[in-house]
Formats: sequence, structure tokens, C-alpha cells
Amino acid sequence: MVTTESEQMAYIAAQAADARVNVEVETDEGMTLNLGPQHPATHGTLRIVAKLDGEKVVAAEPIMGYMHRGYEKLTEVRTYPQVTTLVNRIDWLGSFANEVPFILAAEQLMEVEAPPRAQWIRTVLFELSRIANISLFLGDMAVQVGATTPVFYAFRDREFVLNQIERVTGGRFHPNFDRIGGLKDDLPKGWIEETGTVIGKMRDFCDEMEELVLGNEIFQARTRGIGVIPPEVALSYGLSGANLRGSGVDWDIRRDANVGLVYDEVDWKVWTHPDGDSFSRFWVRLQETREACNILEQLLGGIPAGPIMAKVPRIIKVPAGEAYVATENPLGEMGFYLVSQGDLTPFRVKIRSASFSNMSITPWLLKGVFVPDIISILASLYFILGDIDR
Amino acid sequence: MAEIPEHLLKRAQAAREKAAAQKKAEGEDSAQSEKAEPDEEPEVEVVLTDENAEAALAILETALQGKILDSHIAPGRGLWIRVAIEDWRSAAKAAKESLDCKFFDWLSAIDWMPSPYGREHETEQDSVTAEPEEHDEKEMEWGYTGGETRFQLICRVYSISRKIGVMIKADLPDSDPRALSLIPIYAGANWHEREAREMFGLTFDEHPDLRNIYLPGDFEGHPLRKDYPLLSRRMKPWPGIVDVELLPGDEE
Repeated sequence: MVTTESEQMAYIAAQAADARVNVEVETDEGMTLNLGPQHPATHGTLRIVAKLDGEKVVAAEPIMGYMHRGYEKLTEVRTYPQVTTLVNRIDWLGSFANEVPFILAAEQLMEVEAPPRAQWIRTVLFELSRIANISLFLGDMAVQVGATTPVFYAFRDREFVLNQIERVTGGRFHPNFDRIGGLKDDLPKGWIEETGTVIGKMRDFCDEMEELVLGNEIFQARTRGIGVIPPEVALSYGLSGANLRGSGVDWDIRRDANVGLVYDEVDWKVWTHPDGDSFSRFWVRLQETREACNILEQLLGGIPAGPIMAKVPRIIKVPAGEAYVATENPLGEMGFYLVSQGDLTPFRVKIRSASFSNMSITPWLLKGVFVPDIISILASLYFILGDIDR
Repeated sequence: MAEIPEHLLKRAQAAREKAAAQKKAEGEDSAQSEKAEPDEEPEVEVVLTDENAEAALAILETALQGKILDSHIAPGRGLWIRVAIEDWRSAAKAAKESLDCKFFDWLSAIDWMPSPYGREHETEQDSVTAEPEEHDEKEMEWGYTGGETRFQLICRVYSISRKIGVMIKADLPDSDPRALSLIPIYAGANWHEREAREMFGLTFDEHPDLRNIYLPGDFEGHPLRKDYPLLSRRMKPWPGIVDVELLPGDEE
């Protein structure tokens, strides 16, 4: 059977796509560019298939599922205290923040409230994981547009924060520290003073990043006016967190729909940027890291004394009912829709993860951009694969 | 460290005092509780109201004209409504247009059928006692706003201007679970509907691209259905079972 050259090429392209191989093939309909699954810009294993016309993207589609672990099914066979171990691994860069909404949802159904001290320490650890998570973004975004230095600074300084988290929880990445009704342990001696020093270091880090990255001419040229998301579109795709505030929508769950954490007790500000481009998303995250330092400083000065655990039964059965609790995680809104039927295990847990919704805009957003901008736009949307695939 | 504003110091002080008082009271409690019944405290019923949610419900009721089958208000936590599946898209549209719910939060489904494998932590492999418990046939129990069929679609939208989240539920027919896609109203529904389709085997009409999103294309079955067995779980006991074992002191 004689086939034309273009037919052969189309066949190879289809085979390669089936075998999930990284390949670039030119056919009659233009060129197909396969990005990933292993690509430094994907924070895990995300594959993007882009159809190109010259340098322009005609259509782009993310393909995920390489890391799907089926947490929603697994939670149905775990007891409530065991679930935190799983949900820790959703957004692995800010893992303490993942536990909080689930625990709060369970507490809401059990009508248990954590003692004030536990709530304050929860909020402190929540903000520390935000800094640990976003500081890496600040360095990583610079790498994606070609500057390698900032990421080393980010890794260096993030370690200070991780050390503090480790000293309290015993785990750098997977603390598994939050309990229904409070926390596992109290803070170690001298921790508050040390964390004060770390906050100072993170402030310096933010200044350094601003100098190194934000003011850089190349960085601005690569991000200003690139990947613009209008607020209406951002809302209809369910974008949240800095991606939404980078489009000028003034909404932050910590301020507007706070549940169980003590953000009302501190004086802080929600940052927004009207442009909606890659630059504004970076800018908002930088300001948020600084704001997290402010929040932390105020919180550390006012942690009330008292117990860290409310009275809860040793064997936890959650009364029947439904609860949805969302918190403003480093990546955006993370929520747990928890349905209980009074058993030891949840009946259904729907995990609303921020990156899944944040990424769902990419087919719309990548249409019509140039190839190098795919990387900078993806980096500015900032996703963690575990948070998409769950 | 920067200077801490005075009002915060005061608040922290008040919180400390409150905690100290509470601790003291608890100490007294535990001293008494040895002879007293734990349930002795009279339960004061506090009726919470949520004007914001009630106003939102009134608006939705006018917009939907009697199409709301059932509603539930959780004070301070949002509004639940249930509509018939024919009104699924119009309910979302009404929420967006009349309530200003522009933020599409998430969409998913629930399988209300009790798991035919019983409660998974009590499977035969796990039973510490020799006799495995017999699983009674459980009836279906629906959550807030009730239900009639096995599958229920659920979608949460949020109104930033009114600060209220609305959960919209709709029962899907058992024989042919299908609904109209919400993409014309919320573009973000696309991926959520793809996920609901592969996980529950639902169909969304007018959806442009209902391929699997997580699972391989040739995957058989719908994993989040209750009758889909979690195989690894059925093969060997879960080591975490010790966590739910009673301690000697806890036994009745």
C-alpha cells in the first residue's frame, strides 16, 4: 500500500500521541507540539498538546491524569483522622493548608470548635505554608522566562520556613498535624522568637525578588500584556486565589468568607492588580507573601494561652449531614464538600482543588499566543500537579 | 519584630483570660463529672437565622417560579436548593442572573446508594473478631434537601457581591442519567462535567467534548459509583485498622 508522505507523518503523529511520546511532527494541518509530560514548566507530569500555525498556537489542550490517585474514592474507606494523611499530598508545597479545610468541615458537622490557641496556631502554620509555597513560585516563574539565579535564592530561603514547620510538626512536607478539635501538639519552646527571625529573612527575600525579577526589563517584556484574563472570564472558569485577584477581582476567602481561622483578629490588606496579565499575577503573589509576613508577625505576638485540643471522643463518628468549607490556600480556593451518614468514614468527599479550576482556563487562554509564551503563562497560573489530579 | 498594635494586644489578653477561665471551669467540671452524668447539662436550643440566605432564597424563588422542590439554609454557611433535572440549566441561569452568582465553584455528583460491600472498614479481612458482622441492607438516605433517585448532580456557585454560596442539586433518573451541560452559562463547567461523566457515568447533553479527563481512554467502569469495588481494599486488610480498635479502657 502506497501512502503519501503526509499520510505517513500523520500516522506517526497519531501513534506517538497514543504512546504518550514527546514528539514534534509536521502534517498538512500544521505542526503539533507536544509539551511534556516531563517538562520543567509543568511541576509534575502535565502534557500539553498544542496545534501550531507557524509560531502561533491554534489550539492547545492539557492532558492530565498521570498522577490521578483517586483520593475521593480512597477517603470513603478511611476513618476521619486518616483522611488528613491523604489530603496532605494534594498540594505538596503547602501541605498543612490542605488539612485545614477538611478538618474544619468535619468540625462543623460535629459541632466542635477548636480552642482559641489551636485556632491561632493553625492560622500561623497556614500562613507559613503559604510563604513556603509562594516563595518557590517567585523563583520558579523567573526560571521559566530564562533567569536561573532567583530559583536558587527561593530554594535557599524556603528552607528557613520549612525548618520552622518541621520543628512544630515533625514533617517538612507532610505534617499531618491538624486534628479534629485542635492540634496534635503545642509549639516547641523558643519557636515564636525564631519564627520572628525567619519572617525577617523572608521579607528580605521578597525585596530581593522584587529587585531581581520584577524590575527586570526582560521579565517585563515577557510577561506584560501576555495571557490577559478579563475578570468575567476568570469568574466563569472558577479561577481563584492570586489568579483571580490578578484580574482585579477583590475577593479573598480569608476576609470575605472566613471559617474557623483568626484572620479577623489581624490587620491586613487584600492585594489586587487590574491588568490580568502574567505580570500582575506575579506581582499579586509577591505582595501576598509580604502580607503573609505581616499577618504572621501580628499573630505571633498574640497567641493566647490555653489548651490546644477540644474535648472530642477518641473514636470519631461524624453526625449525618453535609458541609462545605473552603479556605484561601496558597494556590487559591480549596474546599471540601463532606457528606456524612454518621459512620466512621465519610460517605462522600468532593475535593474542590484550586489548580483544577485554574488550569481549566488554559484551552481558552493559550489560543493565539506564541510558543514561548505557553511556558510563561503556565508558570504564572501556578499550578501543582497533585492539586489538579488529586 | 515590628510593633504590635495596641488593640491587638488587648484582644489577645482578653482571649488569654477567657481561655484561663475556661480551663479553670473545665477543671471543676472534670472533678464533678465522675459522679454526674455527662448529658446532664441542659441543651439550650439556639435558633440561628441567616437573613442574607433567606433574601437570596426569596429572590431565587421569584426567578424560578415554583421550580424549587426543596431548600435548606445552613446559617452562615450558605443555601441549598433542589430542582428537577429539566430545570437544571435554568436554575443555574437564574442564580447567575438574578443572584449575581458569577463565580463558578465546582460541579460534581453523589451516588446515594449504600455501598453493597458494607462499611469498608468492617470487611471480612479486617474483622478482629472471628464472626464477620452481617451487613444489613441499608436504605438510601439523602442529605440536605432530600432526593428521590440514586444519582444527584450538585453544583456550587458563589455570588461575590452578595457573599453567598448556592448549592444547586438535581436528581438524575436511574435509567438514563443525563443532564444539560452548563457550559453556555459557566464556561468552567467543561472539565468538571468531564470528570463527573467518567467517575459516575453520567451524560451531559450539548457538551462538546466528553472524553475522559483522568482515566485512560479504555478504562472500564465508573470508579466513584458505590458499586465499583476498590480492589486493593478487598484483597488485603488495611493496616490502619488498628486505629479504630478499642483500647482496653474504652470497652463497654
